[in-house]
Amino acid sequence: MDKRSLLRPLALPAVFALALALACTKEEPKKEQAPAAAAPAPAAEKPAPLKVAFIYVGPVGDAGWSFAHDLGRKAIEAKYGDQIQTTFVEKVPEGPDAERVIRDLVSQGNKVIFATSFGYGDAMEKVAKDFPDVYFEHATGFKTAPNLRVYEGRFYEDAYLAGVLAGQMTKTNTLGFVATFPIPEVLRNINAYTLGALSVNPKVKTKVVWVSSWFDPPKETEAAQSLMNQGADVLLQNTDSTAVLQAAEKAGKYAFGWDSDMSAFAPKAHLASCVLKWGVYYDKAIGDVLNKSWKTDSFKWGIKEGVNDFVKIASFVPDEAKKKVEEAKAYLIANPGAVFKGPLYDNTGKELLAKDVVADDKWKSSVNFYVKGVEGKVPAGQ
Amino acid sequence: MNQVALLLAATLGAGTPLAIGSLGLLVNERSGVLNLGAEGVMLVSAVTGFAAAYHSGNEWIAFLAGAAAGAALAAVFGWLVIWLNTNQYATGLAVSLFGAGFSAFVGTGYVGRKLESGGEHSVPLLRDLPFVGTALFRQHPMVYLAMALAGAAAFFLYRTRAGLVLRSVGESPESAHALGYPVRRIRLAAVMVGGALCGLSGAYLSVVYAPLWVEGMVAGRGWIALALTVFATWRPARVLLGAYLFGGVTMLQLHLQAQGVQLPPQFMSMTPYVATIVVLVLISRNPLWIRVNMPASLGKPFFPGS
Repeated sequence: MDKRSLLRPLALPAVFALALALACTKEEPKKEQAPAAAAPAPAAEKPAPLKVAFIYVGPVGDAGWSFAHDLGRKAIEAKYGDQIQTTFVEKVPEGPDAERVIRDLVSQGNKVIFATSFGYGDAMEKVAKDFPDVYFEHATGFKTAPNLRVYEGRFYEDAYLAGVLAGQMTKTNTLGFVATFPIPEVLRNINAYTLGALSVNPKVKTKVVWVSSWFDPPKETEAAQSLMNQGADVLLQNTDSTAVLQAAEKAGKYAFGWDSDMSAFAPKAHLASCVLKWGVYYDKAIGDVLNKSWKTDSFKWGIKEGVNDFVKIASFVPDEAKKKVEEAKAYLIANPGAVFKGPLYDNTGKELLAKDVVADDKWKSSVNFYVKGVEGKVPAGQ
Repeated sequence: MNQVALLLAATLGAGTPLAIGSLGLLVNERSGVLNLGAEGVMLVSAVTGFAAAYHSGNEWIAFLAGAAAGAALAAVFGWLVIWLNTNQYATGLAVSLFGAGFSAFVGTGYVGRKLESGGEHSVPLLRDLPFVGTALFRQHPMVYLAMALAGAAAFFLYRTRAGLVLRSVGESPESAHALGYPVRRIRLAAVMVGGALCGLSGAYLSVVYAPLWVEGMVAGRGWIALALTVFATWRPARVLLGAYLFGGVTMLQLHLQAQGVQLPPQFMSMTPYVATIVVLVLISRNPLWIRVNMPASLGKPFFPGS
């Protein structure tokens, strides 16, 4: 057997292996300006632009979570102009790969890293330890360090307002929620949705289906379908796509946009959108870095600060209903985060909050129950 | 009772893309070629179908476009595997990955777009029958097409001369070649039919089932269709059964959750896949059964004149 006949069968598999390896690299860093043209012609005091990087868990085009973060990035780009230079990497899986991507971004000279999903926490913590002069900002996380801070929206405020509207629009008194993973953030949203509805309609109940994914449109459609088959006629979700809204449209029921304005997707079903305006927070974060006033902290901004908003209420919603939503919104602006207050019971009858007690941040970060009005049991694990 | 009827209806809808894709792969594999690129083909045709529906406003044009795209990608696969005799498994995997990336790239302009709503599809008169009406007759025409395709595939394979020739190519391409049949062209035709049906299934997913485009929306259904073909021991009727079983288990677990049943949802999401594996294991216990049913030349390259 000579060398050539040995090598030939190996050549093709080698080519395929190479092709597979190249195909498996999901990272697509997109530079907004070519690096060569980035630094403006050196004027006397003009510093090099601050390099800022974002990592997203989903595609920017999901019209939901990652899309909203990217809108925030574009907002600060517009505001700060050539003081900053932003890049982003999308569809970064939560896990060991995230650490690699973050280190890569730091080595490219980025001085501020925004990681926009809960699951990036461990990776951010590890890399933050190694680069004390880089600022790390983790969305919806809880681990902090001298150079790592966390920021979060008060999503449950929006969910509460959605509940207030849903409770008035439902005809079957059954609401549906398409949920992702049983972490406190999601459970808070389910509970807030229910509490908002109960505040205007004591007869409602909420059914929940878990899809175990932040983003899976066919599965979200199936979940919405099964909720509607059980009688739910107003749906809310915390998944990242427009699938639930579109499924509701097809079946003649109601639903909400989540994370961004989804009113264009379902003219008949869309009641309102719970939107996120991350630009407001990113403005502050970049401002802090440029003014050298950055300090570690844990931010929870909501409707009052402008990060969350409840918009595009449908024109067919009666004025009565709109008024109640406005009242609830005004209440939340005056009492930020005061969605959970006593007397409050979980759905097994246990008392969670005594009369007139308002839940604090510690209570809110350890929500692992359904309030009275939600059917079923919280699944174990995450 | 209404719950059961709705569940049956949902099962039919969920099983249809799997059934159509699997039938295509069945024809494909009966000729002896194993196309592991089904997922990539479905993705490419899903984005093509969505684009066609978006620009034309007509879902049947979208289905045709999806089928054509599927057939085209399958033809490339077929050329590589049949004429250049590349390894079928590796090439199939490469096509799968290529399809995933290519569809994501082509589809970036379509994410977030919406299609004109198709409206409710149902069979007039029959739709109002109690129970059966809700369960069977409020479906998109594609659901009935899937059942018709299964019948047509069975008729073609077992009652026509062309089907006999196809099966013989799958069992022993050398013998077919010796008899003078154009083995390679027959295999290519089978591969393209397989691609077209996978394409139809992909277009159905993106235009009817969840009418939007996002990358990766096929979410593994191509691989499931491949498994279903084996599950069904390469018989069309069993393909339908397997597809509806898988679709049914998927919808059942969501229904049970919505009803408040206390099983962990992660466990419930596993059940359709576990069910498929269990059946595959049961079928594979008997090696004679496998040998009798599997096309003998599946996965093996054919060299005319060797």
